[in-house]
Amino acid sequence: MSDATIEVSGLRKRFGSTQALDHMTFTVGPGRITAFVGPNGAGKSTTIRVILGLDAPDQGHALVGGQRYQQLRHPLRHVGALVDADSLQPSRTGRNHLLWMARSQKMTAGRVDEVIDLVGLPSAARRKAGGFSLGMRQRLGIAAAMLGDPPVLILDEPFNGMDPEGIIWIRRFLRSLAAEGRAILVSSHLMGELQDMADHVVVIGRGRVLADATVEDLVARASGDQVLLRTPSLTEATKALKRARAVATVIDTNTLAVSGIGAQRVVEVLGQAGVAFSEVTAQRATLEDVYLQLTGGAAEFQAGGNREAQR
Amino acid sequence: MTASRALRQLTSKSERSHFGPVMWSEWVKFRTVRGWVIGLLVAAVLCVAFTLVVANGNNQGTCTPNGVCTAGHPFVPTDPGGEAVADSYEFVSQPLTGNGTLTAQVASVSGLISNGPSNQAPSLAHTQPGLEEWAKAGILLTPDTIQGAPYAAIMTTGSHGTRFQYNYTHDQPGTMTNSLPHWLRLTRTGNTLTGYDSANGTTWNQIGSAHLAGLPETVHVGLFATSPVSFKGSSGGEATQATAAFDRITLNGRAGSHGWQARSIGTSAKDYYPTLGAGGYHRSGSTFVLSGSGDIALAVNPLAGGNTASESLWFGLLVALVLLIVVGAMFVTVEYRRGLIRTTFTATPQRGVVLAAKVVVIAAIAFAVGALTAAVGGPLGVHILNANGNFVFPATSLSKVQIVAGSGALLALTSIAALALGTILRTSAAAITTGIVVFVLPYIVSTSSAGAFGTWLFRLSPAAGFSVLGVLPRSALVNAPYTMGNDYYPLAPWAGLAVLCAYTTLAVCIAAVLLRRRDA
Repeated sequence: MSDATIEVSGLRKRFGSTQALDHMTFTVGPGRITAFVGPNGAGKSTTIRVILGLDAPDQGHALVGGQRYQQLRHPLRHVGALVDADSLQPSRTGRNHLLWMARSQKMTAGRVDEVIDLVGLPSAARRKAGGFSLGMRQRLGIAAAMLGDPPVLILDEPFNGMDPEGIIWIRRFLRSLAAEGRAILVSSHLMGELQDMADHVVVIGRGRVLADATVEDLVARASGDQVLLRTPSLTEATKALKRARAVATVIDTNTLAVSGIGAQRVVEVLGQAGVAFSEVTAQRATLEDVYLQLTGGAAEFQAGGNREAQR
Repeated sequence: MTASRALRQLTSKSERSHFGPVMWSEWVKFRTVRGWVIGLLVAAVLCVAFTLVVANGNNQGTCTPNGVCTAGHPFVPTDPGGEAVADSYEFVSQPLTGNGTLTAQVASVSGLISNGPSNQAPSLAHTQPGLEEWAKAGILLTPDTIQGAPYAAIMTTGSHGTRFQYNYTHDQPGTMTNSLPHWLRLTRTGNTLTGYDSANGTTWNQIGSAHLAGLPETVHVGLFATSPVSFKGSSGGEATQATAAFDRITLNGRAGSHGWQARSIGTSAKDYYPTLGAGGYHRSGSTFVLSGSGDIALAVNPLAGGNTASESLWFGLLVALVLLIVVGAMFVTVEYRRGLIRTTFTATPQRGVVLAAKVVVIAAIAFAVGALTAAVGGPLGVHILNANGNFVFPATSLSKVQIVAGSGALLALTSIAALALGTILRTSAAAITTGIVVFVLPYIVSTSSAGAFGTWLFRLSPAAGFSVLGVLPRSALVNAPYTMGNDYYPLAPWAGLAVLCAYTTLAVCIAAVLLRRRDA
């Protein structure tokens, strides 16, 4: 088992009448960024807390690099986590915040200065953390996660409060870390950001995994190979496509929605039949569409799921 | 074997090897919050300052009827070991050179108790008959007749039978009850003094012996009588007097040429011990009759009216205690408030190790504050007390160590308990309030409520920890009101700390269990 993995298997956890985790099972592999998405209360934060040994599951277990978190010696050398960027003592400086964490892992003050440089905080590190903007606090949290140069990174909502420049920085930064072979789990509700960045996506709802696939597969599955065709001769085009075993649906006077064959094949079929057309567009779904499709009745989850937001 | 295995199971190998770094980490956490460091400095400064305030409010002196007062206190003798003692008695003696034996029969002992108005000096004009239980009459040997000198004596007492006593604190009961007459004998052989009693003057029982190192060749040996203050009638005490008649006196050995000489030792007005009459001696035929008042024993309050070396520390310590409860509780509650506790447990998933590291850090800091302020404040307080004319019981170096280490331990144990309360309750307000109610209030209530309630509250509550300030020795040989008001604590210092420690341990155990069980 590689060090750079997270294995979550069969987690169940109940808070009072709410089943927060209901047989949550997924794996985060090395060398890629895994997006962890779901509506509020779906169990993202609870799952992350279980992985980090902060919450005890009623059933199931979570392993990091094949070990339970509690068994890790110097855990920050195995897993870096950004759970809540606001978890700071306001009167302590950013550098001292990193220093106490470093000391607990037998790491030096030199390593603290390295990660401060790594996240681009050198000017602010000696100021009190209470005066940090949310974006600076996120950078400090990422610096803390990087202290032990860990093979596994878990980031809960790292884009919160980041300015566009910061978002670009974090995307590049996480991509380069994934390229080094690390396993990275990022939870976020900004689907657009994750689509551009993630390789893999785990969509959860009601404490359970709804989809666990590569971003490409998931998007393709949702798009269903639909092609939009603009043509002045609707009837002829429809005939030609039907001969090619495609399904064509009339959308308006000069537009057809074609499914069953790809855009490339549509162009070939129309060319052979000599049908004129002005545009052929492969319709691609966004991750956001997939997400909304999968989590459909988001309100349903939110109704019972405010607990997580309150914690 | 089994114990060490059990210990190993309790703290797994990885937990033990983790401890150093985690403790260092907790120390970094502590020192990097300026408010806490300032809080501790304030606690230390306040503790010393309040010690000085308390000491300065304590004055002793004498005033003439026209209102002119002079600071100062009556003379309190000290024994060769430095302990304050009472040393007032009537002594009829001869010098004795070399070895020798003095034998006498005690024919009768009677006593008087002062019943005069309390605002007047005790006088023989206002008395009633009555023999104090620790009235003493017998044979005494001393190298010197100055107060506080070493001695050994065989004696009959008011109601404790015959005793052999030496150097103010040592005591051996004899075989004779209080039936008179009976016989007493004291022998000197080199530096060894041995006391005997006998019912008939022929069969002798050895009661005890003392080795007085450095005894000179020539010593004083003779008959003595004295009678201590009785606290039976009032808490202020009444002076008493004992009159003893001795017969058949034989001194074997090389005596002086001047015969028997009578001295009233320690009965002058400048001595602190309240006496009834000046003491006296007369001889009728072969019978010696001595009247004496006073005591030969450890000095006790309220008679000495003395302060102790820790006297002024209590208020400063109480203030420091409150501040350390605040800091100790917040050392963990701010982490809960900010969610920082999750970061802590992510760095160290072994929560017991985190708790232990925090305990060690806060305890070390609190101990340093307590010990340092006691080491600085205590002597400064004594200096001011002395300057204000107060008598301060001389402190042995052991009791100085007790005050310094004890104050440190008091603050350390309390701050650990506050930390545990913070872990249990997870909010600053609840933890600090509970800490003050449980660990500060009982001391205030028990010291301000008189009688059995206050004493028991002190014994059973965390207030018992303040026993570390109790440095005044009790004596089983002196009947006195050993109350807190007189600086006698109901528990021995280390027993008191053990009571406090039990509360702290309970809190830490609950905290450790909850910490493991609860989600962070």
